Amino acid sequence: MAMTMAEKILAKASGNKESEAGEIIMANIDVAMTHDLTGPLSVESFEKIGLKEVWDPEKIVIVFDHQVPADSIDAAKNHMIMRKFVKEQGIHNFYDVREGVCHQVLPEKGHVVPGEVVVGTDSHTCTHGALGAFATGIGSTDMAMVFATGKLWFKVPETIKFEITGKLQENVFAKDVVLDIIGKIGADGATYKACEFGGETTRNMTISDRMVLCNMAIEMGGKSGLVEPDQKTINYLKGRSTKPYEIMKTDSDALSLETMYVDVNELEPQIACPHNVDNVKPVSEVEGTHIDQVFLGSCTNGRLSDLRTAAKIMKGKEVSKNIRMLVIPASREVYSKAMDEGLLRTFVDSGALVCNPCCGPCLGGHIGLVGPGEVSLSTSNRNFKGRQGSPDAEVYLSSAAVAAASAITGKITDPR
Amino acid sequence: MKGKVWKFGDDVDTDIIIPGRYLVLRDEKELAACVMEGCDPDFSKKVKKGDILVAGKNFGCGSSREHAPIAIKAAGISAVVAESFARIFYRNSINIGLPLIESKEISGHISEGDIVDINIDEGILKDLNTSEEFEIKPLPDFMLGIMEEGGLINFLKNHLDEIKDE
Ligand code: SF4
Repeated sequence: MAMTMAEKILAKASGNKESEAGEIIMANIDVAMTHDLTGPLSVESFEKIGLKEVWDPEKIVIVFDHQVPADSIDAAKNHMIMRKFVKEQGIHNFYDVREGVCHQVLPEKGHVVPGEVVVGTDSHTCTHGALGAFATGIGSTDMAMVFATGKLWFKVPETIKFEITGKLQENVFAKDVVLDIIGKIGADGATYKACEFGGETTRNMTISDRMVLCNMAIEMGGKSGLVEPDQKTINYLKGRSTKPYEIMKTDSDALSLETMYVDVNELEPQIACPHNVDNVKPVSEVEGTHIDQVFLGSCTNGRLSDLRTAAKIMKGKEVSKNIRMLVIPASREVYSKAMDEGLLRTFVDSGALVCNPCCGPCLGGHIGLVGPGEVSLSTSNRNFKGRQGSPDAEVYLSSAAVAAASAITGKITDPR
Repeated sequence: MKGKVWKFGDDVDTDIIIPGRYLVLRDEKELAACVMEGCDPDFSKKVKKGDILVAGKNFGCGSSREHAPIAIKAAGISAVVAESFARIFYRNSINIGLPLIESKEISGHISEGDIVDINIDEGILKDLNTSEEFEIKPLPDFMLGIMEEGGLINFLKNHLDEIKDE
């Protein structure tokens, strides 16, 4: 039977030859990720089941990233609950406050390989599909089931494949492509579906760029983001993972496959305007909008390539006196390489604040919150009301290039 | 289930239901005290036990935070009715035993403050103020089973061995 990548991976995970969209299956989980914010509820739910031991400590990965270092006693207590769980269960794949954002740390440390089923108590777990895994966000009670049994039920999703073609103009990036797609199909345009990104533009993208696409699948309601593995995927895995893997690809005649064609030749930088991710406009329409804070970071655009892009634009210039800018590398590896390349010096010299790898203001629960009436321009993935602090603040989303250019002028600026 | 309606629009996201700064909390009552704060800071004071939320499409979009359905349930809300739900929120709600009701044309027809009566067995929702009736989409059998056993934790306790052996 012709199948999509998602159907093939879920068939294998449930011990079946075939699986078909709409079917409910029980899948064996290869990687179960949780973090400091949703982890404690997962542990609590697991304890309610009454079991002493998790099914397989080697398949669990725990990352502290949302509130690191702890900014309140409650956060510190949550960290303590998780450290205790890690010890009791003998979990080796544990990254305490020093390592960075989970969706960057897992691929970097080789925890994700093609063909696996990856679940995480974080909606942006879909990011990991950039390596050809079926990866999806789940809640804490679902995670308790995984901790207990190593399994989770899924409805096999239909797939919507974005065939992306064309050459991106200078200073137009994967973020602009995915914002454009979300603007077109809407915040619920891919609900329950696997979002596969393909086409020559995707093939020409780096793994980091592909992660940007997959990261934002959830912002159109998608269950997972996926990119067919290729030589770039294999190269990325070298030196990172020793796990065996299987590359699965979507058959072009799969029944549950719907294709959307996206041409990016003429695409200009895109901005998601308050308060919905699908409220997308080309930068030319919002240029000049006043901003108070710029945030460069997050699991969407806090990677080395983003810091390089931003530093290139900001070198020798100063962040506008009217605003503040926060630069938060997505991981320790990114931070360290950015240090070697002198990028951090560029940011510091320009007057930006460089913080330790973490989620930062992305979720409005740790550092760099914005106040009532303030406007944030952010390279992250969500601009919901109240997302970065006050419910009366506004959040605009953009690429790293727009963020950097705007930090210098103090208003939304086209980087081209 | 019968209750008074609180009305919301499309795309009610998890940051509206429970903003990120409260996710350090785990106590149900503390979470309930901030429910829907993103759009109405006094909501938790106004809502009464048994009330029902009615919304448009894509309710619960955004984060995987289970704090969201927990806060709604702990605030005493007996069900959420919407034209459609976001995927993770949907799973989380069923898992903790918060009934979600999907009904297509609902949000333009029901007003805030109306009393609605939901009959899950018959698949009908009735607005007692206007006497209008709406069809509700049945839960898939598998999820109904979880709901009926009082949520996923109870379901697991009852079926642990079967699931492990499957
Ligand atoms: S960076 Fe933002 S979106 Fe990514 S995991 Fe952290 S809080 Fe979530």
